[in-house]
Amino acid sequence: MKKLKKLQEYREEIEQCVKCGACRAHCPVFGAEKHEGRVARGKVALAGALLDGEIDLEKKLLEDMSQCLLCGSCYAQCPNKVPTEEIVAAVRREIAAKKGLSTFGKGLTSVLKNPSLMNTLAKTGGVLSSLLFKKLPADSGLRLRFPAPFISGDRTLPPIAAKPFREQHPEVIEGQPGRPTVAFFTGCGINYMYPAIGEALLRALKFIGVTVIIPAEQGCCGLPAVSAGSGDVVEALAARNLKALTARPVDFVVTACASCNAGLGKIYADLEGEYADLAERTKDIFVFLVEQGLPERLAVLPASAEKVRVTYHDPCHLRTRGITREPRAILKALPQVEYVEMEAAGSCCGLGGTYSVYHYETSKKIGAKKAGHISASGADTVATDCPGCIMQLQDSLNHAGEDVRVCHILDLLMDVLPEEAPA
Amino acid sequence: MLDARIIKVLQGIVGKQYVSTEKADLICYSYDATQRQFLPDVVVHPGNTEEVSLIMKMANAERVPVFPRGAGSGFTGGSLPTEGGIVLAMTRLDRILQIDEDNLVATVEPGVVTEQFQKAVEKVGLFYPPDPASLKFSTLGGNVAECAGGPRCVKYGVTKDFILGLEVVTPTGDIIRTGGATMKGVVGYDLTKLMCGSEGTLAIITKIIIKLLPLPEAKKTMLVLFDSIDGAAQAVSDIIRGKIIPTTLEFMDGATIDCVRQATDLELPEQAQAVLIIEVDGDADVISKQAARIAEIVQPLGVVETRIAETAEESEALWQVRRSVSASLRKVNPDKFNEDICVPRSKVPEMIRKVEAISQKHQVSIVNFGHAGDGNIHVNVMIDSKIPGQQKRADAAIEDIFKGALELGGTMSGEHGVGVMKAPYVRMELSGGAIAYMKTIKRALDPNNILNTGKIFLEDQAAGLS
Ligand SMILES: Cc1cc2nc3c(=O)[nH]c(=O)nc-3n(C[C@H](O)[C@H](O)[C@H](O)COP(=O)(O)OP(=O)(O)OC[C@H]3O[C@@H](n4cnc5c(N)ncnc54)[C@H](O)[C@@H]3O)c2cc1C
Ligand code: SF4
Ligand code: SF4
Repeated sequence: MKKLKKLQEYREEIEQCVKCGACRAHCPVFGAEKHEGRVARGKVALAGALLDGEIDLEKKLLEDMSQCLLCGSCYAQCPNKVPTEEIVAAVRREIAAKKGLSTFGKGLTSVLKNPSLMNTLAKTGGVLSSLLFKKLPADSGLRLRFPAPFISGDRTLPPIAAKPFREQHPEVIEGQPGRPTVAFFTGCGINYMYPAIGEALLRALKFIGVTVIIPAEQGCCGLPAVSAGSGDVVEALAARNLKALTARPVDFVVTACASCNAGLGKIYADLEGEYADLAERTKDIFVFLVEQGLPERLAVLPASAEKVRVTYHDPCHLRTRGITREPRAILKALPQVEYVEMEAAGSCCGLGGTYSVYHYETSKKIGAKKAGHISASGADTVATDCPGCIMQLQDSLNHAGEDVRVCHILDLLMDVLPEEAPA
Repeated sequence: MLDARIIKVLQGIVGKQYVSTEKADLICYSYDATQRQFLPDVVVHPGNTEEVSLIMKMANAERVPVFPRGAGSGFTGGSLPTEGGIVLAMTRLDRILQIDEDNLVATVEPGVVTEQFQKAVEKVGLFYPPDPASLKFSTLGGNVAECAGGPRCVKYGVTKDFILGLEVVTPTGDIIRTGGATMKGVVGYDLTKLMCGSEGTLAIITKIIIKLLPLPEAKKTMLVLFDSIDGAAQAVSDIIRGKIIPTTLEFMDGATIDCVRQATDLELPEQAQAVLIIEVDGDADVISKQAARIAEIVQPLGVVETRIAETAEESEALWQVRRSVSASLRKVNPDKFNEDICVPRSKVPEMIRKVEAISQKHQVSIVNFGHAGDGNIHVNVMIDSKIPGQQKRADAAIEDIFKGALELGGTMSGEHGVGVMKAPYVRMELSGGAIAYMKTIKRALDPNNILNTGKIFLEDQAAGLS
């Protein structure tokens, strides 16, 4: 395994930034905060100053570095392809190494001193931590995403499933002969909070006769640990997942979580070697389903008398990596769906790994914008391709008082696919 | 370092959270798109005109330099705090105050982002044409201060042609209004025009009254690929001589095309040595005729291919190519000296030939693109200043480029302004008398030389205005 890059190894990328300011138009955090320290250009400048020894790991720098969703929206639009989200993650690892993981992992020390956060902590922390987190294994990304003491009392969170998805299913589900075999990487969100999405995925794969393997030993993809600056954890999780996902021969690994897809598809690619092989074989479920001709096969389903107006939210971790067409193609092929495109479908929901926990107020502002676009589209359902986005969209729509259903595209597939695969 | 007392006063005026002396903030407000860096002593984000006025009164009394800043996307260093002091970031003043559909006039604060304003007026069928390539992030205040131009300015004119009036805070802290919401007005001097393009050296803009047009019914965008740069340059002057003023007439040379290939999904064939992006707008039937006439004019000039955008998305994709140009040039060499000379339109082919000769003479890469339709060519001298001798060659080339433009009756800057980057060359274009006249104005308005000190006129940097 190649180690994750150190900040010093990003010098060239940092120097690629020409300070044009174009990222000001695309960074969701900047859009909410309007401060140069929050935008990619500022963060890259600070990372450069850090490398040159012009600044230390001081409070304001830590704050700016924590104010990043690692969404890659800046990178996608940057004319020089400066990978700000990677640079920020590298700075966070540097910070975690020097100051301890507590800075981003267990909570910003400065945030700890913030009385209003401490208040919500007192109100809800204890209850939530026991209820929610007893059921989660110690290395689940959800623990990093939602360290109990920081969860604000007015956030809507889905309940933890009575029995995790993976425990409800055998490791191997045989499909039809001659069809591909895929490993399903569930991720923490589907396994612990949204098992129904996993059920729907199985239904869809069964419909096209694919053999599915659900490796029991798989763990968290590691993206929340990237966000927290914990390089060791990322590497340990990658090693574990490699072993689990390659124990049986599979043609592809499929994900139904944008973040997991980015974790496996991008972070593992950087780890090189067999990790990169795994990354190459990892596919978003809709990319896979489109390749397997699902839209054409949906055409034979009976037309629905009653249509739902559905719009699609692009998860950043798919959009910035060019996956935008396939989820829409599936949606548009569904018999019960009348598809409408919302304005700024690609704007971030505001969740961003560990971000929304430490910066719930900013996260809410970003989410409120999104909720506005959703309601303006006139859709009665917003579908997406990531449990994280679903959680955040639901929270934002609740705050906006909007009665719009939030679901995974797979949930909509589940509504129309027959239980038994066609012969 | 500024006195702690001054910081206290600033905090008293705008509130503690809007004043920062943290190193991280000083770094974040130390640069602009020139990639030069100067650390300020303090960054202040005022929230209204009165606060700006109080800040200026204090700064004037205390002789502290003040540097107004919009988005920091300037190409000549206008917002750089070259002498430390106060960076006055105007981005909190970001409200569109009124869009008056009866009079086709809008009033905005200076921190409004150009594109957001355009979208807002387009929603009610109105139109604000100036479209700098930075429109997604530049501010209207910065646009007025630099008199920004853009592709559409061929037909519609530049920023100053749309500014009816301003509210400004003078260097001594007075709040005054210039012009107004009427289409005409001749009482007193035209201070509005004086402020446009004054690069934040004469006053701080706090409100802008903008003239709007009805949104044209339709537009057509064409991408024409040429096999030679001469053909494209000739096409520009032939179209204008043919008495057609398209909305845009944008030009990119072969080196530019190489740089943007990576940034776009658009197919750009290898034989294409130059590109024109031509747009026409107006009534649907009129623009079809115009487009056909243009295609006819350019055909004999070595056209490889002509593509016409059929939908708004296709047209936007063509424009996105153009907007990604400037920043993607880094591929050629890390250091860019971006000059935006402007020559009479018939002289575009001659100027391009001159630039080619200059590039050969000094052995430096030069990449050309820009708003050829109004004779405004962005000439980018690309070097790696870490290689010994390159900076010197670049400086010599730049001087020759300016000389060349002036010989053809042109100017050394069409829209980016002087700032710090072009200050050394101002004397090549302006007579001693003209400079003295300008400096008299500056001295009268800013007696202590505290507002955007060290910009435009080089000699001020060392000695202060004398
Ligand atoms: C990729 C790219 C493309 C560009 N394309 C174009 C183009 O096509 N055409 C063009 O003309 N320019 C272009 N520019 C240059 C730049 O975007 C413009 O000059 C723009 O007007 C600057 O706006 P800003 O808000 O970034 O101002 P800043 O860069 O922050 O400031 C510019 C000047 O305005 C002054 N200023 C800012 N706000 C105020 C205020 N409220 N009151 C008084 N003074 C103020 C500053 O002191 C400074 O002198 C481009 C820049 C980039 C990076
Ligand atoms: S990160 Fe990219 S878009 Fe942002 S200022 Fe740097 S070069 Fe421009
Ligand atoms: S990764 Fe997202 S939040 Fe972070 S700087 Fe880039 S656009 Fe902003």
